[in-house]
Amino acid sequence: MGHSDQKLAIFRGLLKFKSNVQKIWGVLIFLSIVTTIEVVLGIIKPEFLLKPFLRMKLLNWIFLILTIVKAYYIAWDFMHIRDEKSSLKNSIVLPLVFLIPYLAFIILLEADYIFDIMKDGIVSWDF
Amino acid sequence: MSTETVALKNIKHSDFSEHGNDAMKASYGKLMMWFFIISDALTFSGFLVSYGFARFKYIDSWPIADEVFTHFPFLHGVEAPMYYVAFMTFILIVSSVTMVLAVDAGHNMQKNKVILYMFLTIIFGAIFVGSQAWEWNTFIKGDYGALETRGGQILQFINSDTGKRAPIKDFSVKLDSDRLNHNPSVGVWYQTESSLPSFSLDEVKEGFKLNNNLLVRVQKLDSMGKKVVLNRSESLSKIQDAVGVVEGANLIHNEYGHRLFADFFFFITGFHGFHVFSGVVINIIIFFNVIIGTYEKRGHYEMVEKVGLYWHFVDLVWVFVFTFFYLV
Repeated sequence: MGHSDQKLAIFRGLLKFKSNVQKIWGVLIFLSIVTTIEVVLGIIKPEFLLKPFLRMKLLNWIFLILTIVKAYYIAWDFMHIRDEKSSLKNSIVLPLVFLIPYLAFIILLEADYIFDIMKDGIVSWDF
Repeated sequence: MSTETVALKNIKHSDFSEHGNDAMKASYGKLMMWFFIISDALTFSGFLVSYGFARFKYIDSWPIADEVFTHFPFLHGVEAPMYYVAFMTFILIVSSVTMVLAVDAGHNMQKNKVILYMFLTIIFGAIFVGSQAWEWNTFIKGDYGALETRGGQILQFINSDTGKRAPIKDFSVKLDSDRLNHNPSVGVWYQTESSLPSFSLDEVKEGFKLNNNLLVRVQKLDSMGKKVVLNRSESLSKIQDAVGVVEGANLIHNEYGHRLFADFFFFITGFHGFHVFSGVVINIIIFFNVIIGTYEKRGHYEMVEKVGLYWHFVDLVWVFVFTFFYLV
């Protein structure tokens, strides 16, 4: 089942593993490090990261990016997308990569608009 | 035996083209699992995005997750924001690792290793579901209690001496009051009553008036992302707006802040927890199939791979739920 052609390198070939089992443990260590960074940042909340950037706190952007990094390694190495044919890889990843950010964009933009209306308009939600 | 049956026998169950070539080098079952995963991923994104909608709409009054999830089992009274969810996240990632190790052992036809790793995956999955049940229980019970205004605003209490939250059970006074029970003999119809909170509205209000060091904290966030605390005179007039006591959270009332927060929390973590639960059940079925040698006879362990895909997907979703509910 395509076992022989498993790709054993991560970080664009920076880190090569001898066997598939070794690669799995390597990815676990990497994911644990990323999670630890997230939790530590979430507890400390460094002052300089609380500045707004593109309508969101800088810290939240960092969390979002780290989450996507984690998702990438779970999908690529645990779900073996790395070893699939590019046609399968693309038909799984591309719909999600286009649809989800699109949905998020239109819905969150609308929510932001409603927030402004309730803040500056005469409508009050709390009576 | 006719030639037709011979030809049929030579076709592997996984083929779905006439020439025995699998589409995109993946078997039918695996492709169908990917179909399911993609549609489920879109379902979860729909939920998380609608959570985002509620949050951006009430961006200046949303509850602060660090203050909501501060408990750790066996550590009473210790403020431990996020440590428990971090632990849950780690459990789920480790279970993903044991799952992928089971898949790998399946490729090498090592039955005993598959059994061991499947077993560990099931155990870690069960720990995760149990942790989530504990998390829900703590969330539903609540810890400080609050008042709710007619407009659905939550008023929480702060001790101005320490700057910490003041639980309503610490300052409420005991007032004697009679509870009048409405019963069917007096009216044509009557509504059933929900259970009473531990303190009545008047008891909390009276206790608040007697303690001069108490202040009201409202849902609004200041520019630094902290909840606004009213001064004493503002607080005294604000509690006159209160219409009820809230302890803990359910789908209608939520002592932690905006009620939508509790609704989305129950719905999204519940939906994810249901996925984990079904994942554990499917894992158990496959586990017993491995033990009785079904896949050994079949000649390959592709079923383990397919259930593995589902299990990793559940882990993947948790990574996002963790970020959006607890971190951001």
